[in-house]
Amino acid sequence: MGVGIEVRGLNAWYGKNQSLNGIDMTVPANHVTAVIGPSGCGKSTFVRCLNRMHETIPEARAEGSVKVGEMDVYGGGSDPVEVRRRIGMVFQKPNPFPTMSIFDNVAAGLKLNGFRNRKQLNELVERSLKLAALWDEVKDTLHKKSGASLSGGQQQRLCIARALAVEPEVLLMDEPASALDPISTSKIEELIFQLKQHYTVVIVTHNMQQAARVAELTGFFLMGSLIEYDKTEKIFTTPADKRTEDYVTGRFG
Amino acid sequence: MNTPEPIEPLPKPVTSIPSLGKIEAPRPAPKSTILQKIRQSRPASSRMPDEIFRWIILLSAVSVFAIVVLVVWELVDKSRLSLHQFGIHFFYGHDWDPVNDSYGAMPFIYGTLVSSFLALLLAVPLSVGVAVYITEMCPQGLRAIISFLVELLAAIPSVIYGLWGIFVLAPLLRDYVQPFLQKTLGWTGFFSGPMYGLGMLAAGIILAIMIVPVIASITREVMSAVPQNQREAVLALGATRWEMIRMGVLRNARIGIVGGVILGLGRALGETMAVTMVIGNRPEVAKSLFAPGYTMASVIANEFSEATGDMYLSALVEIGLALFLVTLIVNALARLLVWSITGGTARPRA
Amino acid sequence: MRWRACWCGASPAELRGRVPNAIAPAAPRPLSLWRRFSDWGATGFAILAAILVLVPLLAIFVYLVIKGVGSINWAFLTQTPKPPGEVGGGMANGIIGTGLILCVASVIGVPLGIGSGIYLAEYGRNRFGDVIRFTADVLNGVPSIVVGITVYSLIVIRQKHFSAFSGGVALGIMMIPTVARATEEMLLMVPMTIREAAYGLGIPRWRTTLSITLRTASAGVITGCMLAFARVAGETAPLLFTAFGNQFWNLKLNQPTAALSLQVFTYAISPYDDWHKQAWAGALILILLIVGAVAAVRIVTARGRLGA
Repeated sequence: MGVGIEVRGLNAWYGKNQSLNGIDMTVPANHVTAVIGPSGCGKSTFVRCLNRMHETIPEARAEGSVKVGEMDVYGGGSDPVEVRRRIGMVFQKPNPFPTMSIFDNVAAGLKLNGFRNRKQLNELVERSLKLAALWDEVKDTLHKKSGASLSGGQQQRLCIARALAVEPEVLLMDEPASALDPISTSKIEELIFQLKQHYTVVIVTHNMQQAARVAELTGFFLMGSLIEYDKTEKIFTTPADKRTEDYVTGRFG
Repeated sequence: MNTPEPIEPLPKPVTSIPSLGKIEAPRPAPKSTILQKIRQSRPASSRMPDEIFRWIILLSAVSVFAIVVLVVWELVDKSRLSLHQFGIHFFYGHDWDPVNDSYGAMPFIYGTLVSSFLALLLAVPLSVGVAVYITEMCPQGLRAIISFLVELLAAIPSVIYGLWGIFVLAPLLRDYVQPFLQKTLGWTGFFSGPMYGLGMLAAGIILAIMIVPVIASITREVMSAVPQNQREAVLALGATRWEMIRMGVLRNARIGIVGGVILGLGRALGETMAVTMVIGNRPEVAKSLFAPGYTMASVIANEFSEATGDMYLSALVEIGLALFLVTLIVNALARLLVWSITGGTARPRA
Repeated sequence: MRWRACWCGASPAELRGRVPNAIAPAAPRPLSLWRRFSDWGATGFAILAAILVLVPLLAIFVYLVIKGVGSINWAFLTQTPKPPGEVGGGMANGIIGTGLILCVASVIGVPLGIGSGIYLAEYGRNRFGDVIRFTADVLNGVPSIVVGITVYSLIVIRQKHFSAFSGGVALGIMMIPTVARATEEMLLMVPMTIREAAYGLGIPRWRTTLSITLRTASAGVITGCMLAFARVAGETAPLLFTAFGNQFWNLKLNQPTAALSLQVFTYAISPYDDWHKQAWAGALILILLIVGAVAAVRIVTARGRLGA
């Protein structure tokens, strides 16, 4: 089951450049929230701050309060490793592990967390692949084919299965379909729609139609600030802020 | 240039059009431009210098090929005597007897292999460790300094390693390390016998130091070639830094790392001076690492200029031929592996 | 805080119903002690490896300075060796001899190396070029002692004496692959547009390659030459039976000649204490020569980038 995310006063820097200015945002559980905005507006940075991936870049840092369910992500005793296990991430370009089979790819996170029992692994891998709508296509070649031998859309679903295997509560997706063809994209979007039943999904997208298709809530970012955050229909039909309207109608970005 | 005679007189230029009045006669073309000058100075046979140049350059390139052919030819030719006389027995005979003109190269083959593999055993963990440190753990400012220092190890000549080995390393081994090893691990049989300091252990250690820069630089290159999104994928699953390095970097780079290790092996096999100076130069096969040994390169270095008699010389050249073939195969294998990862762009620098 | 507020109108009960059978417990596990320990352990090992690798480097340089500096004096730099057992004398003939041999080596290695590099970059993007490239790599991997054997049987046997010339040939052969590879890489980095600009002006190909492309790449090519130079300056094995060494002065190319590296070797393995001290001194001078060559490279290329 998913949990909600509460962000208060999130600031982020790359070296001396501030890329996020005091973001306040509340993401409800079991919904899909889209984050849109022009290039460089900080949407990817925002999402990467949620699971503390931002700080893995040298000279990058973040401050503020991010609470995922009961977990205080930036709190004193918080361990980034634990945070990242509980918040799953899917990247823009599918990145399955090329040296591992499909099975091992999905099981990678599980093995890291100490699951050694063969039977348990089999069941968990099957469950994750079914959740990612990939099971039927790969169930016969689980151990034979490598993760990189699948098509682009299948690779991305494999990455989703891999992320889901460790049972995160939140799933972050950074432009998951932008490197894929339209058919794979629609499969991924269908998947997201189903995933929201069990997880909270935050999806970054530069494709406004995609946001309109899958997300219930949308946040519009511009130059590091959250300009408007509301139900998707409202953002796209009667936005409150003029800048939102300009972006959504295509006047810039 | 010959201009042909005009067949008919050229038409007169129009100098007046009734409605417009007089037009001035067209001026002659401006003085030659640079292009015209160049074109004029190039005769029809202007391709000659280009051809000559191309041939000269081709000759230089072919000379490289010719040199390698010469190396092989001389090695084979000068070792013919010994090859005929001893055949395959040469490679497993234990007896190196110049007095009676009977030659068996086993002690040297054994010495070369043992010293090289001992060097690998010590160098591989250190090299991979240094490479991991520099690539993944080192603070940005230190990175350039430490990698420069590691490359500097490769610039020290072999004879200086040997000098240091004789006067610094060997006494250290004799006085501290070997007694300690004998006390703790002497029961294995690898660390027993008289403790000279010089011997197989010293050779292995010196070789290890010499091949660390080779393995480390290749490992660093293949690790850097692993795309950043692989590292992020592992981190996002909730992995510690070491787990990220293990699963996301080393695992992807492992073929290249093996290539680097094999290249290091190739270097160790051919290394001459430092080994000659510390290995003790006794042609015997012994189990203990404290014992002196002899390698293929060392016996050539020590005995070649004193070799009297054609058979003696021929036996030494045959050892050289064997050394050449082994390093050839090992190096080719290494480059194959490294190129398959880096796509032919990485070349070992050391 | 768990948010149950739902925007889409479904009831919490409906939301709850469709979770597939969870086998693993949903409660998060704290990071196990073993994983934390191995993370620290790996970091510690990597740092230890870096230290262990750099210690010998430091030790070698420190010992070279400590043991060598004391013995470098005017006599050392200007005299030839005294007979074995006698104290005194120097390695002057070795220093000069090394210079002589390296001159011969450069005359052979640099032109052939640059020529091969030009071939590989400008004319050799084909099968034959691949063969040459592979051959150059093979030559690079040939053990130095084997090069010595080859030159011995090619030149020394025929001439019936050791010589500085044969030593220079051996070292020159070893320089070729390094120079060729550096030249090829540097030439390939010169953008095609520069060559095209020259062709467009009507400059013939040979002149373009020499005066334009090679000149543009000159800093890198010089670096390659000096690195090859520094590498062979310290070589001993190929000289053992080509230049052979000499107790006395020699400036003739067809006589055996002393070389610094050879003398360091001979002195180091001798039983005489005074010779051991001189070996350290000779080694210090050798390393200064090499470091000097590498430093000169850095200065030349830095100045080329800033000034000119």
